[in-house]
Amino acid sequence: MSAPEPIADHARFTPARLVTLLLVVALAAALGWAVWSLPADSPGLTGQSLAQLPGSGVTNPVTAAVLNYRGYDTLLEIAVLLLAVLGVWSVAKAEPRADDAPASPVLTAFVRLALPVIILVAGYLLWIGSFAPGGAFQAGAVLAGGGVVLLLSGGGRAALAQEGWLRIGLVLGLAVFIAVAAGTMSVGGKLLEYPPQHAGTLILLIESAALISIALTLVALFVGGRPPGRSNRGLSEAGERKDGDES
Amino acid sequence: MNALENAFDLVLMLALLWLAWRALAAPDLFKGVVLFIAFGLLMALAWVRLRAPDIALAEAAVGSGITGALLLSALARSRRLERDNPPPRRRDP
Repeated sequence: MSAPEPIADHARFTPARLVTLLLVVALAAALGWAVWSLPADSPGLTGQSLAQLPGSGVTNPVTAAVLNYRGYDTLLEIAVLLLAVLGVWSVAKAEPRADDAPASPVLTAFVRLALPVIILVAGYLLWIGSFAPGGAFQAGAVLAGGGVVLLLSGGGRAALAQEGWLRIGLVLGLAVFIAVAAGTMSVGGKLLEYPPQHAGTLILLIESAALISIALTLVALFVGGRPPGRSNRGLSEAGERKDGDES
Repeated sequence: MNALENAFDLVLMLALLWLAWRALAAPDLFKGVVLFIAFGLLMALAWVRLRAPDIALAEAAVGSGITGALLLSALARSRRLERDNPPPRRRDP
């Protein structure tokens, strides 16, 4: 919206808002009661988790849980990220930047200095995830932050136009994850039941591929639409013609 | 030391509630987004206090950084859309 809405509109007290308020208070009370009635000293699954840690391939219990004990959940999370991009791409195409003015030299210089450090930090977070807090999601988000500032400074648009590579990068994490899952089943185990001696390597392999996909997914969501690539030019022209008919 | 930590937690909690309320109630959407980013950063601090550094990292990077950028870009886009084809008439609530 172009102008801030008048404050009076927000302060107005309608019956619908009163009902919403009551529902929210009831929800808060129910949540509070649920937390309050939990046993004060509940060990949960901590003991079992720590007992299984030596065979999980990593020494960070969080990474062990995310990529080993409940690897199936994480597989689906990666799939959800891919679905999010597919959804965005199917409803919108990327807009060319509204202002084609060159980015400020301060931002360009900052990106030049910061981007190598950001890439290094992302790699570090990925690697350290096996021993300490870190992992593919955090590293991917940091790398995506680097991608966002790169786009803001005017770089990287050409790379986005390489739609083939972009698609490969977006799918890579899920593809490697599914390949490992199928691999563990084909050698006689259950889905994502890593052999203990290879668990560390497999987790790092999955996380490395996921890092690239997560970072590209977040950057693609920031771009907010399908980039104008060579392969879908005809499609977008058809879309424009349809838009013209409607108006 | 313990009293200091408790005081810090209390201030953090109150600041989080206040920021959440202000972010939701801000009439200006841009202000709301900026308050949301500040909320995310303090939330990361709260996760650290809860001894969940993994979630703190994710919150700082995703909750605050990327989500903030997404919301700002969505806001810019919706403003552009509204400017290019203004709605005929605003429906009164």
